[in-house]
Amino acid sequence: MMMSDELYWLPELINKLEKKSVREAYGNTLVSVGADKNVVVLDADLSTSTQTSMFQKKYPDRFFNVGISENNMMGMASGLSWTGKRVFVSSFAIFATGRAYDFVRQSVCYADSDVRIVATHAGLTVGEDGATHQMLEDIGLMSGLPRMRVLVPADALETEQIVRYVYENRGPFYVRLSREKVPVVHDSESFNFGKAETIVDGDDVTIIATGILAMAAKIAASHLKQKGISARVLNMSTIKPIDRGAIIKAARDTGRILTAEEHSIYNGLGSRVSEVVSESYPVLVKRLGVNDMFGESGKSWELMDKYGLNPMGIVNSVEEITKVTK
Amino acid sequence: MQDSVESENLEEIAKKVRRSIVKMTYEAKSGHPGGSLSATEILTYLYFKELKIDPANPNWPDRDRFVLSKGHATPALYSILAMRGFFDQSLLHGFRRISSLLQGHVVNHVPGVDITAGSLGQGLSNAVGLALAARIDNKSYRVFVMIGDGESDEGSIWEAALSAAHLKLSNLIVFLDRNMIQLDGFTEEILTLGDLEAKFRSFGWSAITIDGHSFNEIEKALKWAKSEVGPKMIIARTVKGKGVKFMENNPEYHGKPAPNEEKLNEALRDIEGM
Repeated sequence: MMMSDELYWLPELINKLEKKSVREAYGNTLVSVGADKNVVVLDADLSTSTQTSMFQKKYPDRFFNVGISENNMMGMASGLSWTGKRVFVSSFAIFATGRAYDFVRQSVCYADSDVRIVATHAGLTVGEDGATHQMLEDIGLMSGLPRMRVLVPADALETEQIVRYVYENRGPFYVRLSREKVPVVHDSESFNFGKAETIVDGDDVTIIATGILAMAAKIAASHLKQKGISARVLNMSTIKPIDRGAIIKAARDTGRILTAEEHSIYNGLGSRVSEVVSESYPVLVKRLGVNDMFGESGKSWELMDKYGLNPMGIVNSVEEITKVTK
Repeated sequence: MQDSVESENLEEIAKKVRRSIVKMTYEAKSGHPGGSLSATEILTYLYFKELKIDPANPNWPDRDRFVLSKGHATPALYSILAMRGFFDQSLLHGFRRISSLLQGHVVNHVPGVDITAGSLGQGLSNAVGLALAARIDNKSYRVFVMIGDGESDEGSIWEAALSAAHLKLSNLIVFLDRNMIQLDGFTEEILTLGDLEAKFRSFGWSAITIDGHSFNEIEKALKWAKSEVGPKMIIARTVKGKGVKFMENNPEYHGKPAPNEEKLNEALRDIEGM
């Protein structure tokens, strides 16, 4: 039996897991797709953090640091795109989606511009910088925009695939990345746009997770198995358009769903899943996320434990909903 | 590609544009005549004399671009695009109506429109992107923009102004429609803009001030623009509602058409007598 303290990221679990940087995966892939002369990258004074600096080193003539002006950056990206450029813009999630929201709405989405917003430092795992920099509402903001597609990779390998996918396809896209190195979920390429990935199969309950919580769900599922609960785990890396089929199938097969995300419980993965379930196959859905609060300073994994965004939080939530009769 | 038009002819074209502005907004029972009438000479000159464009091939990659950042001046721009043959003039009757091509604010699915705009303070950034792309691709097209003075309240105008100067975008030529009025009243009473020419100069732009209703001065300003390095700002002193006496310098007609047929006819007579 797995000890329950192994269900918290700290003090040991996170150190036992192999971790890789999704930001480096982004930077490397950007350099790779940058062989296409139409690729132009913009950043707003965060290039050494977002890792677009890797692209800058390789292709300085197609990289533009616009300074701390995210609105202007989104506007420029739109203009560039209308001459045939395949534009990537990067900043922290808080600024790319919050500060620049109206520019993203008007200049990117309404204008139907070929722009890919790849934002890093999403969620609580920004860590010590605290609430001003911990974006917990971006999935909601971006999903609400017509034309926008929203992607959240679970690990570095999936990040590479997603960045390549958004390069190959016409924007607008929003890709949400973490500051922290994140646990490796995949040993082989598995990303399929618009499709949920079944990480673990099961029939008592379905855990639908995104981003870092995919790994937490995988760990939680193996613990639950030892307790006699068969949990299906879906990695939902495409939040919009969401995989309705996989959600309805989960509702039908397992009768209960838990969603898990490093985002507000409002307007994120949990809300999207609830919408599909309530429209098509009503079953109990519980949302695990940040419960209508701002974050705070602290070490990333310390915060994830404090806010219950860990395998323990998932196990507790699953036990809560499996007590309810199907 | 480019029509050769004499300036006497431009006066006549401008009158036609003004009539169209007044009629379109009257028919739609909504829209922005004031800031369209103030922009009429500048847009007329650009589209009939200056821009390298081809109405038969609106997406010609080497064309000059125009960005109407004050995207509510659609009555002027749409009238001119129709007159230049980008689309059929009958479409002007659908302006602001449900399921029609011509939306209230400017949209890039309309033939001849390069950039969608309407939420103020965004078009200048879009134009910086367009102008930068010309440099990356080693192309010689120019990017013309019209921004409003009220629009210059937006901080993002000044972000874009910093970028344009930093990038030394010599192919960027901006007209600022200095009609001194915004929705709620007079610009200097709502938020003092002060000496905009000096402000843009201090941001690293070349800047001049002209009479925005004089074709002669517009022509001279564009010649001046060709000789200057870096982004160019042409502050065009204009009269909001120009050509229609009851609309002139009257904030009420920022976003309100002639209220009845009598006023419509009065407006058309005023324009005829210009």
